[in-house]
Amino acid sequence: MSTEHAKNGSLITPFNIVAGIILAAGVVVTIMRFTMGLGSVTNLSDNNPWGIWIGFDLLCGVALAAGGYTTSAACYIFGFKRFHAAVRPAILTAFLGYALVVFALNYDVGRPWRLPYPIFYQQGTTSILFEVGLCVFIYLTVLFLEYLPAAMEWKGGFDKYRGILVKLTMVLTIFGVILSTLHQSSLGALYLIVPSKLHPLWYTPYLPVMFFMSSMFAGLSMVVFEGTLSHKYFHHKMDEDYNANYLDLQFAFAKGAAWIMAGYLAMKLLGLSMDNRWAYLFTGYGAWWLLEVVGFVVLPCYCYAVGYRDRNIGLVRLAAPWTVIGIMLNRFDVSLIAFNWQLPSAERYFPSLGEIIISLFVVTIGIIAFKFIVTRMPIFYAHPAYKDSSH
Amino acid sequence: MKRRHFLGLLGAAGVSLTTGVSAKAASGADVAGMPNVGGVLFDASRCIGCRKCEAACNKVNDLPQPAKPFDDLTVMDTARRTDAASYTVVNKYQPKPGENPVFRKIQCNHCMEPACASACFVKAFKKTETGAVVYDASVCVGCRYCMVACPFNIPAYEYHKALAPRVMKCTLCHPRLLEGKLPGCVEACPKEALQFGKRRELINIAWDRVTASPDKYVQHVYGEHEMGGTSWLYIAPKPSFSAIGMDEHLGTTSAPELTSGALAAVPAVAGIWPVLLTGIYAISKRKDKIAEDEKKAAVEAAIAKASADAEAKLAEELSKAEVAGKRRIEVEVKKALEAAAKEQEGGEDA
Ligand code: SF4
Ligand code: SF4
Ligand code: SF4
Repeated sequence: MSTEHAKNGSLITPFNIVAGIILAAGVVVTIMRFTMGLGSVTNLSDNNPWGIWIGFDLLCGVALAAGGYTTSAACYIFGFKRFHAAVRPAILTAFLGYALVVFALNYDVGRPWRLPYPIFYQQGTTSILFEVGLCVFIYLTVLFLEYLPAAMEWKGGFDKYRGILVKLTMVLTIFGVILSTLHQSSLGALYLIVPSKLHPLWYTPYLPVMFFMSSMFAGLSMVVFEGTLSHKYFHHKMDEDYNANYLDLQFAFAKGAAWIMAGYLAMKLLGLSMDNRWAYLFTGYGAWWLLEVVGFVVLPCYCYAVGYRDRNIGLVRLAAPWTVIGIMLNRFDVSLIAFNWQLPSAERYFPSLGEIIISLFVVTIGIIAFKFIVTRMPIFYAHPAYKDSSH
Repeated sequence: MKRRHFLGLLGAAGVSLTTGVSAKAASGADVAGMPNVGGVLFDASRCIGCRKCEAACNKVNDLPQPAKPFDDLTVMDTARRTDAASYTVVNKYQPKPGENPVFRKIQCNHCMEPACASACFVKAFKKTETGAVVYDASVCVGCRYCMVACPFNIPAYEYHKALAPRVMKCTLCHPRLLEGKLPGCVEACPKEALQFGKRRELINIAWDRVTASPDKYVQHVYGEHEMGGTSWLYIAPKPSFSAIGMDEHLGTTSAPELTSGALAAVPAVAGIWPVLLTGIYAISKRKDKIAEDEKKAAVEAAIAKASADAEAKLAEELSKAEVAGKRRIEVEVKKALEAAAKEQEGGEDA
């Protein structure tokens, strides 16, 4: 389906085989989910109403899609103009990321066709989830508008509309930052309501701030990580401007990430000392907490810092996926592992095969869509007809 | 025009702007205006574990028949929780070995400021004057955040319904209360372990009983203040409430209060960010222009010198220049030199 296959003359590539199996399994689980209910495919229970479809698809999905607002803010607001070439890939990833988050939510909620209710029908304004929903909804629209020029250039003939959108860049970017600040932090705030269910090492009034800060370095890391991968697989699609700046970009983002991670670490420690929770460190959960914080914040942060100082791109590229895994670990901890920690182990949650299949299904759709778009539309290169435009 | 457009859209986003203020109103702090709110007092020292309340609840709510009949008391050998087919369950506890077991009935506590209501993003829950926290399945999206939020682990879900799953929990027999009847479980209790009444009065009754027999009862009325107070109140024989499976560490902060800070930050974020970001943008633009001008000059100078000691000489010359802005120029020059050097390198490589 993409250009490489045309060259081989065959659709039987390892990627296609794996993707095909996952898609087929996903369709089966989808049918089961919508004919027999959530109980038939998930391990969710009355005590564990949220599983990996929230913990992974929503919490990790949104955090890892943060590259969109971090990159466009860096470029358009903070004036790092030379990273302009990185904006489109980041926006595309964010747009696909959020679209998939919303798609995945259709599996998790009981009556998905009512998802617009909280926005258009009856607003539960006291709910943090309402804020999350509203922001994600508006931000998805913003991302779509930010992505649209690329699609218009590809199709051609939309110059008038494209021009309008390009003029709106600044407004859309500011919007993106506001909406991201709000919903990235609200995802943490969702858990403010459960002080009795979330382990004290993770429960803190700073949860919203921590989620926001970590979304920033999650976004930066994703851009670095994805840039490296894309460079490997879509090199032929990239123009000089992109290639000339992408090392610089990776170093700059490494520096940013290192600083923010240091601040995040300080907040984590502050949270501990505020309520004097040090004693918990000597429990099993304490060891796990240390693994998360030392193993997946301190060490990658150090790698980023040293990588930046020595201009050692290898270290930076190591730190990026490492940080990404750390973010996922943190979101899993808050939503699944340290959640309901007082329940007897027999009543704890572990995802079912069906849940894992749907999560893989969603990720696979994302990768296929990304491949489809970057092999056709001007994402890694400026469209020849619009070369001199500033968007 | 841009600015106005922007603020208009923000207004749309800011339905939540009002939330900081109204966080309480929607989820039941209008209970202050509900002095006669109803409730039930459960006295664990009177409960004999007969499960008559379970049976009555099943009947008045038309719930499906359980696998084992209600007079089978062996089901109490394992701890149970409420689920989609049972709004209430009675569990057996053995606080002190050798003594008689103690029983406790579990159901929705009908909180004064319910976590479920404050968590629901379509307002499917409502605290009413009767004391009941009622649920409206016709708007529920099925996100199950109410279940996550409830500190008592009460709401259950119809996980096996594909199209119209509901959240299930005790209704305090709201429909019966409106007809002037008692809740099914209260009416069925043979030992008066359950007593329906006005919450205020129940609290007095509870304290009278507790203080009259200090040796028998824990000196606490559970639900008076827990999580901001509940309509369902408990008193229990010693040693403790945790001995009969009740969480004694919930604190007195109500659920809406736990999240009101985060909600109140919304208008601040929505208000301050645009100002700040526009400012940063303006500065970075100006800086760009200055830097560009300076860079141009510096690069020209650097190329003219084209020698290793260019930097030093430039610095010397610069020191003669105005003192103001000197540092900034130095930095820019350094940057420019580096850029020039890199360019050169790049050129050599190629
Ligand atoms: S006990 Fe739980 S379900 Fe019942 S009102 Fe309180 S928060 Fe809601
Ligand atoms: S599951 Fe229904 S009642 Fe519960 S919070 Fe979601 S929408 Fe509200
Ligand atoms: S009040 Fe009604 S719904 Fe609630 S437990 Fe008693 S009988 Fe059941």
